[in-house]
Amino acid sequence: MGNALPVLIIVAPLAGWLFNGFVGSRLPRRLVGVIGSGTVAVSFLLALAAVRRPEVAGGGWTVTLYSWIAAGGTAVPFSLLLDRLSAVMVLVVSGVGFLIHVYSMGYMAGDPAYSRYFAYLNLFMASMLLLVLGGSLLTLFVGWELVGLCSYLLIGFWFVRPAAATAGRKAFVVNRIGDAAFLVGMIALALEAGTLEFGGVIAAVPDLAPAAATAITLLLFAGATGKSAQLPLYTWLPDAMEGPTPVSALIHAATMVTAGVYMVARLYPLFAQAGGTLTVVAVVGALTALFAATIALVQWDLKRVLAYSTISQLGYMFVGLGVFAPEAGMFHLTTQAFFKALLFLAAGSVMHAMGGIIDMRRLGGLIRPLRWTALGFILGALAMTGFPFFSGYFSKELILERAYEHGRGGLLLLVWIAGLATSFVTAVYITRAAMLTFAPPPADRPHDVHPHDAPPSMAWPMAVLAVLSVFGGVLGARSAGAPLLGWLRAFFGLEAHDTGPPALLTGLTVAVGLLGIALGSLAYRGRRDVGLGAVGVFFERHWGLQPFYDHVITGGARALGTALAEVVEVRVIDGAVNGLAALAGHAGGALRRVQTGYVRHYAAAILGGTVLLLAYWLLR
Amino acid sequence: MSVPLGAYLVLSAALFTMGVTGVLVRRNALVVFMSIELMLNSVNLSFIAFARQLGRIEGQVSVFFVMVIAAVEVVVGLAIIIAIFRARDTVDVDDVDLLRG
Repeated sequence: MGNALPVLIIVAPLAGWLFNGFVGSRLPRRLVGVIGSGTVAVSFLLALAAVRRPEVAGGGWTVTLYSWIAAGGTAVPFSLLLDRLSAVMVLVVSGVGFLIHVYSMGYMAGDPAYSRYFAYLNLFMASMLLLVLGGSLLTLFVGWELVGLCSYLLIGFWFVRPAAATAGRKAFVVNRIGDAAFLVGMIALALEAGTLEFGGVIAAVPDLAPAAATAITLLLFAGATGKSAQLPLYTWLPDAMEGPTPVSALIHAATMVTAGVYMVARLYPLFAQAGGTLTVVAVVGALTALFAATIALVQWDLKRVLAYSTISQLGYMFVGLGVFAPEAGMFHLTTQAFFKALLFLAAGSVMHAMGGIIDMRRLGGLIRPLRWTALGFILGALAMTGFPFFSGYFSKELILERAYEHGRGGLLLLVWIAGLATSFVTAVYITRAAMLTFAPPPADRPHDVHPHDAPPSMAWPMAVLAVLSVFGGVLGARSAGAPLLGWLRAFFGLEAHDTGPPALLTGLTVAVGLLGIALGSLAYRGRRDVGLGAVGVFFERHWGLQPFYDHVITGGARALGTALAEVVEVRVIDGAVNGLAALAGHAGGALRRVQTGYVRHYAAAILGGTVLLLAYWLLR
Repeated sequence: MSVPLGAYLVLSAALFTMGVTGVLVRRNALVVFMSIELMLNSVNLSFIAFARQLGRIEGQVSVFFVMVIAAVEVVVGLAIIIAIFRARDTVDVDDVDLLRG
């Protein structure tokens, strides 16, 4: 019975998926919503019970379900692994997931496809928990692909809207690029290490050649850039905002997109073994963080601001991993899940109140009608900017501190500088978003829209997330003993940094954030449009990447497709098929002359053949 | 006095050649048919000649088989010719070329 616990964590939402998917449409909405959220609550409670087991804090609790693949000397069991790292992820995923399920009950109340929505959401939870709990890279990959599928289904949830269907496809295709690299890396790892089980892989790490380890980890990291929307595969995440807002909060902010971070942390010894990969991780993370933050600065769609902000925050997590501070990255993953989910839910509440309007040029002055939503958004925003003693302050500060230590005196100090700059830009754009949405003057609001604050089912999850966003930092606050960091350091085999950062460093980080908030509030106070001139255009064009993607990548793929369709398909493939048919036709036309229909010709042919055979037989 | 084997074989070959020529050049189906019979009987003649020469029975047995088969073939063949005549009012084999490609 005890061994069934990790399995049940996954099975609970899976059962919810089956139930809501097959019979949900015939049941009252209330029941569908309660089952959808209830199964996730069961997962969360089971996870709470499971992580208390002594094995979890020890070497990890492996539950082998059955022998999955047995071919020759290779055996891949289907196993689940609950250890210190996956415990954190399971609690974050199921906890935040539960809150967002509850929120969805209010948010989606008017949607005709209510049961389909909850079925997809439950399937996502089961897939994500499988990803997190998988005991081998292959099991993780199964979850990895399943969450990708759910992401596609939920982005395109309103599939009658062409934009939503296209965005779903885009997410799928872009992720496919990363996944292909991931798959190659995984196969290479299986060949080099002889196993894909995490324990076996970690044990085999010292025997791996550095070159092989570097190649494998770079391929795996390429997969992570797809799933976690890092440069250069970030393009799908902003478009993914076409899905319902709770989906954006759950999948495209708090859980699924952090899978790449989790995967790198999971194989951390392997990445540490590979010479250059962690540097690549840090540089890509830092670049993405700054890049996405600047783009967020010029967006008008509130959800897109948050989407770019998510990309940027994920960049921070990769910086943490890249500067040998995986526990800081995981800590930021946790706090980001809190405050980013809160920000998205607040944005969803705004959309809900405004009848689907999300363009910030048409919002404004909403602090009065949406008092609680505004409070939630502002608390989430403060947490993200790293306002002192909010949750984001501790995690971001830790990452920047470790980035500084790691890069001090070398070129990698640029990573820290980029992180610091990002911190500033983050403060500006989120302040801008808050001002445009909530601060007066109100925009010219359509007369038929009467903003009203969120119903209780939406307000309560936001309240819980707000508390977590504000106080979640105690998980990693030095004065509170940093329980989460200690828990994770034991997993990664790192010693604690108890000395604390230099006061100047902390001061600088905080000052930059406060400066950003101040600048943002001053610049957007009572004004709606602050032109950034050429710089703004540069940001809007994604630092020039947008035209590059549009013309070179998409245009190139289109040209290649046209060439294949109009030349190769028509000339080569159709040509070969038609040519064979024509050859058979001409050959038949030539040979039909032999078939005269006269008996005597056939008789003569038989005679001639017989004579020839006899001649051959006699003369040979 | 006895006729030498060679003479029988020459006669057999001559009859066979006549039969073949008849099949190839004549247009009347009945004549073609008779030519086929000629070929069969020329073969029978050589069978008998060899059987006699070698003092063995197999040749004669074969001849009986050939005669039986030939009788059967005549029945079937004449039936076909009559059917063709009924259908097309002719027994000219050159008029029967439905299978021309």
